[in-house]
Amino acid sequence: MTTDMNADSYVTADGRTIGPVVMDLKNITLRFGGVVAIKDISFNIREGEIRAIIGPNGAGKSSMLNVISGFYKPQEGEVWFRGSKRPQMRPYQVAQQGLARTFQNIALFDGMTVLDNIMTGRLNKMNANLLQQAIWKGKAEKEELENREACEKVIDFLEIQHIRKTPVGRLPYGLKKRVELARALAAEPSLLLLDEPMAGMNVEEKEDMSRFILDMNDEFGTTIALIEHDMGVVMDLSDRVVVMDYGKKIGDGTPDEVRNNQDVIDAYLGVSHD
Amino acid sequence: MFYREAGDFKTSYRDDNQTFPIRLDRAGYWIVLFVAFCVIPFFVNDYWVNSIFAPFFIYAIAALGLNILTGYAGQVSLGTGGFMAVGAYACYKLMVAFPDINIVFHVLIAGGITAAVGVAFGLPSLRIKGFYLAVATLAAQFFLVWLFNKVAWFYNYSASGQINAPERTVFGIIVTGPNTEAWAKYMICLVFLVGVAWVARNLTRGMTGRKWMGIRDMDIAAEIIGVNPLMAKMSAFAVSSFFVGIAGALFFAVYLGAAEAGESFGITKSFLVLFMVIIGGLGSIFGSFAGAAFMVLMPVLLKNVLVGTMGWPTEIAAELEFIIVGGLIVIFLILEPHGLAQLWRLTKEKLRLWPFPH
Repeated sequence: MTTDMNADSYVTADGRTIGPVVMDLKNITLRFGGVVAIKDISFNIREGEIRAIIGPNGAGKSSMLNVISGFYKPQEGEVWFRGSKRPQMRPYQVAQQGLARTFQNIALFDGMTVLDNIMTGRLNKMNANLLQQAIWKGKAEKEELENREACEKVIDFLEIQHIRKTPVGRLPYGLKKRVELARALAAEPSLLLLDEPMAGMNVEEKEDMSRFILDMNDEFGTTIALIEHDMGVVMDLSDRVVVMDYGKKIGDGTPDEVRNNQDVIDAYLGVSHD
Repeated sequence: MFYREAGDFKTSYRDDNQTFPIRLDRAGYWIVLFVAFCVIPFFVNDYWVNSIFAPFFIYAIAALGLNILTGYAGQVSLGTGGFMAVGAYACYKLMVAFPDINIVFHVLIAGGITAAVGVAFGLPSLRIKGFYLAVATLAAQFFLVWLFNKVAWFYNYSASGQINAPERTVFGIIVTGPNTEAWAKYMICLVFLVGVAWVARNLTRGMTGRKWMGIRDMDIAAEIIGVNPLMAKMSAFAVSSFFVGIAGALFFAVYLGAAEAGESFGITKSFLVLFMVIIGGLGSIFGSFAGAAFMVLMPVLLKNVLVGTMGWPTEIAAELEFIIVGGLIVIFLILEPHGLAQLWRLTKEKLRLWPFPH
């Protein structure tokens, strides 16, 4: 049976439904002075899918993620989110639209506890004003307790109950990565960006993280775009893969298509210049 | 042995969220409040209020304010003295212009005016950080003091250039001016302190506090997960200056009775409050109290020991006081850079295990 991947929605081999396009990047070009970090790249991310962005070091993957999360402003090209063109936005406004992300180098709030970090992820769900919070009793407390419950679900899901009240600064690397994922997940994002979620992990930690990513996608239907260097993981997890090299897109498709793409093989294994 | 959470089961998130999760702490808190409100007022005299309680309470309010800005939101400020002056002069102008309105409102409105001034001087924080911001707030300190000395309107053209607090009452009890009774002075400062501390605690444990701490710990990540840096920093400046303004208003109206900008609210005041916050512990409500207590009580204690007990001449003791307090600060910061609050936390952790070592 062949699936038409261009249809409005289709069902994958493992029974998940992939919906319409959530994020559409059209002809993005990003320059830093004379350096062209991203050159005329277009690709889309569909609802419910796991989309991987791969490429050798310096290919522009993280820059791409920064464009999506609004941290970099591309010189050319358009970002379409949920069917409408996204105007120039500050990163916090992008977050309010339902985008969450993790960072390549963990960017947690070291002075706060794990629970506070995760609660911070839900800040767009809480809207008690300063006065209501100063008084606490009433709306602020009610909101706090409701959101605490939502956070506890995420904590259960990612199996970090035991470190709930520990300051993040004291945690080992692997757990920090997981807490960061929890913070992003707590926002209930419609698109979750993961920048190298498995960097620096051992095999078991990678397996755990892969399980969390798959479960997240499966149970909550979270759309995920991730950057990863571990090819085994990428090929196993993702529905579609974008391959970048020197700021250009050299491949886009299912893992199998990408694996057999000559340009991709050349980029990773090198090509002889004879 | 008794100080531990064992047996104190939390069955709701509300219980789990409370300020003092350990039963003994909660009991201690209510006992302290009871003693402060119902016991001490009957025994205080002028000496205790003027040299210990009033300055301690007022500096604690100022330290809470600065701690919100520096400890929680991570924005260094050296303008505390200047902002206290804004509170004091605003309170004075209001007291004179609207004598029929209760002084409590004057103090609160003075805080509000200081908040607005604080936000205006906090705007550079959107572009600059750390030492550079400290220098920018230093400019606020000097500018504000200069302004209050230069523009005669602020001190109602009085010949001395001073402002004097007129007599005002709360519920018929005199709280400002020379005829104030010791316990009235004590009570009005205490009520404001408890109110400010309660608000500070509520703000710092909720989403506002998390936004502030997010900006402090990693501003880029905070912005990417949805914190509006403008709103977070400006709210920190507003709340902080509001508290500092209240402290300034009380310092002038209740404690000093008469003030002159350069003398009462100079740069030394900014440093004093900053020392309190650093010694007490950045990012801690308890630390603000501990720091204020340390800086207010230490000189009094030393004076009593040196002059009272050891019989040294007053002027030598006064000089030595500076040396000893300075030395203590240095030693203390080397031994425990996170301040008295951290020391207190460590003690509590040890207490939880006591009498066992692990």
